[in-house]
Amino acid sequence: MSEIPKVTDSNLVEPASTPGSGRSSEWSETLRNAWSFGRTKIGVAIFIAIVLLALLGPVLAPHTPTEFVGAPYSRPSPNALFGADNLGRDVLTRVLWGGRTVLGLSIAATIIGLGGGIVFGLIAGYARRFVDETVMRLLDVLLAFPQLVLVLLLISVVGPKLWLIVLMVGLSHAPRVARVTRAAALEISQRDFVKAAEALGESRVRILATEILPNITSPLLVEFGLRLTYSIGLIAALSFLGFGLQPPAADWGLMINENRVGVAVQPWAVALPVLLIGILTIGTNLIADGMGRALIGIERRADV
Amino acid sequence: MPPLLKLILIRLGLGALTLLLVSVVVFWATQALPTDTAQAILGREATPERLEKLREKLGLNRPVYEQYASWLADVVRGDFGDSLVQQDTPVTKLLRTRVVNSAALVFVAALVSIPFSILIGSLSALWRDTKFDVTVSTGNLALAALPEFVVGIGLVLLFATNVFRVMPAVSRIDPGLSLLNQLDLLILPAATLTLAVAPYVSRILRASMIEVLESEYVMMARLKGLKGPLVLWRHALPNAIAPTLQVIALNLAWLAGGIVVVEYLFAYPGIGQSLVDAVANRDLPMIQALCLLIAAVYVVLNLLADIATILVSPRLRTGLR
Amino acid sequence: MSGQVVLAVDGLKIVLDPSGIFIDDEVSFVIYAGEVLGLVGESASGKTTVATALLRHQRRGAKIADGRVLIDGEDVLTLAPEALRQLRGGLISYVPQDASASLNPALRIGTQLVEILEAHGFGGSDAARRERLTEMMTEVLLPSDKQFLRRYPHQLSGGQQQRVAVAMAFACRPKMIVLDEPTTALDVTTQAHVLETVKKLTRAYGVAALYVTHDLAVVANLADRIAVMYAGRLVEVGSRNDLFTRSLHPYSRRLLEAIPDLSGCRALRGIPGSAPRPGRRPEGCSFEPRCDWAIDTCRVEFPPVDGPGPDHQVRCWRFAEVGAEPMGAGQRGEERVRFDPSLENVIAVSGVSAYYGQKKTLHDVTIHLHTRRCLALVGESGSGKTTLARCIAGLHPFKIEGSITHRGTELARDARGRDQGTRQAIQYIFQSPYSSLNPRKSVRQTLTQPLRVFFDISKSETEDRVASALEQVALDTSVLRRYPDELSGGERQRVAIARALAAEPTVLICDEVTSSLDVSVQAAIVELLAQLQHETGLSMLFVTHNLALVRSIAQEVAVMSGGRIVEAGVVDKVLEDPQADYTRKLLTDTPTI
Repeated sequence: MSEIPKVTDSNLVEPASTPGSGRSSEWSETLRNAWSFGRTKIGVAIFIAIVLLALLGPVLAPHTPTEFVGAPYSRPSPNALFGADNLGRDVLTRVLWGGRTVLGLSIAATIIGLGGGIVFGLIAGYARRFVDETVMRLLDVLLAFPQLVLVLLLISVVGPKLWLIVLMVGLSHAPRVARVTRAAALEISQRDFVKAAEALGESRVRILATEILPNITSPLLVEFGLRLTYSIGLIAALSFLGFGLQPPAADWGLMINENRVGVAVQPWAVALPVLLIGILTIGTNLIADGMGRALIGIERRADV
Repeated sequence: MPPLLKLILIRLGLGALTLLLVSVVVFWATQALPTDTAQAILGREATPERLEKLREKLGLNRPVYEQYASWLADVVRGDFGDSLVQQDTPVTKLLRTRVVNSAALVFVAALVSIPFSILIGSLSALWRDTKFDVTVSTGNLALAALPEFVVGIGLVLLFATNVFRVMPAVSRIDPGLSLLNQLDLLILPAATLTLAVAPYVSRILRASMIEVLESEYVMMARLKGLKGPLVLWRHALPNAIAPTLQVIALNLAWLAGGIVVVEYLFAYPGIGQSLVDAVANRDLPMIQALCLLIAAVYVVLNLLADIATILVSPRLRTGLR
Repeated sequence: MSGQVVLAVDGLKIVLDPSGIFIDDEVSFVIYAGEVLGLVGESASGKTTVATALLRHQRRGAKIADGRVLIDGEDVLTLAPEALRQLRGGLISYVPQDASASLNPALRIGTQLVEILEAHGFGGSDAARRERLTEMMTEVLLPSDKQFLRRYPHQLSGGQQQRVAVAMAFACRPKMIVLDEPTTALDVTTQAHVLETVKKLTRAYGVAALYVTHDLAVVANLADRIAVMYAGRLVEVGSRNDLFTRSLHPYSRRLLEAIPDLSGCRALRGIPGSAPRPGRRPEGCSFEPRCDWAIDTCRVEFPPVDGPGPDHQVRCWRFAEVGAEPMGAGQRGEERVRFDPSLENVIAVSGVSAYYGQKKTLHDVTIHLHTRRCLALVGESGSGKTTLARCIAGLHPFKIEGSITHRGTELARDARGRDQGTRQAIQYIFQSPYSSLNPRKSVRQTLTQPLRVFFDISKSETEDRVASALEQVALDTSVLRRYPDELSGGERQRVAIARALAAEPTVLICDEVTSSLDVSVQAAIVELLAQLQHETGLSMLFVTHNLALVRSIAQEVAVMSGGRIVEAGVVDKVLEDPQADYTRKLLTDTPTI
């Protein structure tokens, strides 16, 4: 088992960190490195812009979301800059109102999914053998369902309740997050410093919290960005299918569903929400990608 | 027993176990959740008699494990029960043509997207950091982010309604005609699925190819003085594709799920559309059948990828030393 | 050396791309036909980069910036692509460091051997090529039957894989061979066979060879001339004899003193500090910060190529003075230990068998560690020495049979099952300091951990003990704020040792603690451990694959092979009069200067 290690000189570049720079933690380093990519900056700008739009939108909206401003599917006019929807309500107003739900529900679902996934992944990754096998096999069962199908399966009985949708979208992320966490935790738990802590007799919980978790924050950060992207897509898709927000709510996904019959006459009522959802997911994915790249950079370096 | 056979049998066993557990999940979610299923189906205004009748029909009065056992026994025999919406019609009969339609859609999408993304991914790796690679990776990043209905609606806006009107916006397949005569109806849905899958496969292939191109055995092949194309075909590509088989299978399985949104969007009469209808109407036997079917596709594809990986990797095939 | 010049390297400069920081600079040397030149350097010296540059190959992120590489008078660096392809594997071939990674895992070895003949049109027909293939395999002492050629690389042993790589290199009868640390990954006995084969073949075919290594002892018997590399520059080039008896560069001299000596006549002496990596190299002479001879000039300007003659060149401002000093530092202080049966056992392992999963890896092992003694546990990879050490430390996660006692008390198998006092008394130091320190903890956090677990002491007391642990391993308290990736390998291992010492153990288990370090750093760590054991009266189990280290640290030795103890006893007795065949073989195969 003990291999005679190779002496190489392929690792020529030493990290540029200065001694005692007081670098606090891994994730802040990842964030700083991620920020150095132009793409990440674009992603963050997009995300902030859409969050602002969603938060301030209702204040800026010229009408109320349920007020009738014209005939159904009427074309853009000075009163309704992007025309009216299937019931004659102002498209612009509804777009300005409709971002809050998508954002709020997605972020909540992502937090639930990440939390659950991390707990299961850490346990499986550190416990190994029997517990690991069992936990992962059970999660594999959930993996067999495409995320949307899993959510549909559960709301088919209970009905489209918002808390249920958030919970289910979160739950559908959990096995995927658990896989990533487990792989990372497994890798770390095989390092000697974990064995050193075991030899000292440190408790398992303490080892998980102080030896393993601090070393896997970066992949989890990337995972957060990715899962947020998928949450947005899923939640919007559920509304689009008619199982998410229910009328008369103003919601981007629901708007697409309500107005797609009239897309040929009044494309704005569909195009605007589609565009915003698309831009938002691209933004969050750019952030996730930036963090992923930063992570690879750090791993390369640390891999002396 | 030869180790290879044993390895494959173990995978088969695990696949069967997963399927069994999948059936438990499906059953639990639809029939055993601590909610009144009959009430959920019929709504608040249902009369007690009607509720009782439905409970009887679904066997809800029996203990849960008994319900599961008899349900599973039927399922194994291919009997998913009758649809609750279209009274007295077996689910399997309702689904027959729809399965064919969906399979056709997935097949066309896979046929286009898999070879295409393998090619794109390999070229990006080979021409790493060139303009081509940067363009592809930016495009991949954007496409991977977009939910499939956004891509689909984008295509509809672009090609079917507002910008160009060259494609049908809806794909209502005429059940009286052969699919081959209506291939134009498949173009937009298949294109949506292709665009949704291609970025994942091409990204993983690029990553895998880069790793292989930087491996010591490819360096050695070059330092041996082998010709460039030989290095690529013999030394790099087989080693790059093997680890991506799982991802390709995963994405094919994802196609089986992605059709839900895409079929709904294009009103394409496949199983995805059926699932949306069934969920809207709370047609439990239909939902059970469809969820099992989709999960089974995943399990089987995963199994095939597992076995294919074993067959193409000599280290696994010849047994571990 | 007479003969015709096969390879001439002139002013080679290799830089990091895109930063332009040099990896290698001003590298010039020649190799004659039938000659082996040993290129020796520690990690980050840039020696591998030079080796692959001879075939005009650079890994990503590095590029050849300047210079000429002439093979048979033709400049490799300006060749057209097709000519370069024909040159590689034809005129000049390459033997990689790690054959297991360099053979394609998906192709049969026969295919991989034949394709090099095909690529260079060697042998006109398939039959001729098959004949050549048989010949090649025979030359490297491998079977050439169909059955064997149909195997995949993973079905071969490490030694066989390396032989295949050697066969490949000689396939097209090249004029020049580059061997890039080809035996580093191998055990000493396998290494000895591969070296023998290489030597025989280069002699037989009059091939010029460059043998890159970090281990001077390996080239001592192989190379005709030796080039010593430090921080990207050649600092001394001369005949083997010149280097070993009349070395003129302080670095070469200190490097020789850092090589453990099997006979135990020389004292082991490390070099303080570590070799600077690209971008971190000082102005002036790069060895200056570690050099005893340094003067003001050394800080300002890198010395020019100088030396007593064209056959012995050196880059040192003070080479004449260095040369005037006689070589060979202090003799080892004689402190012979006789076996004393009255010694008390602190750890007694008797009849222990251990499993790894289903596989039995230790067979009925019995050893005793005596108080205030250092027992060296020696064996090749896979001999079970680490398993045994981990069993004692309570870190072996599988089944263990037999008895392991600490001061007469049976030890629990798992460290968690042991009481606080036992866990504190037995401390374990891991092989790789790159893996044994949590990268997210500062040195201070790492060192306070055992203190918090084992002792109920105040904050100021903790600070004091941390400081004294650092002092014991000769580190300054300024490292307390640093994180592992800001430390060199040697410094990291010192921190790991300090962590063990902070627990105030009575038994210290050192598992291959120097094997991931450079020779010069290894010597310093061994020096430190020997001194610590001497001063504090610790009982130490020193696990190593390197028999030559044993004399420098241990009083007793146990030799392991195949999960069994084949021989045990007092060091001098075992090394001078080995009883087991295996020990004798190990002694013969261990390279010496």
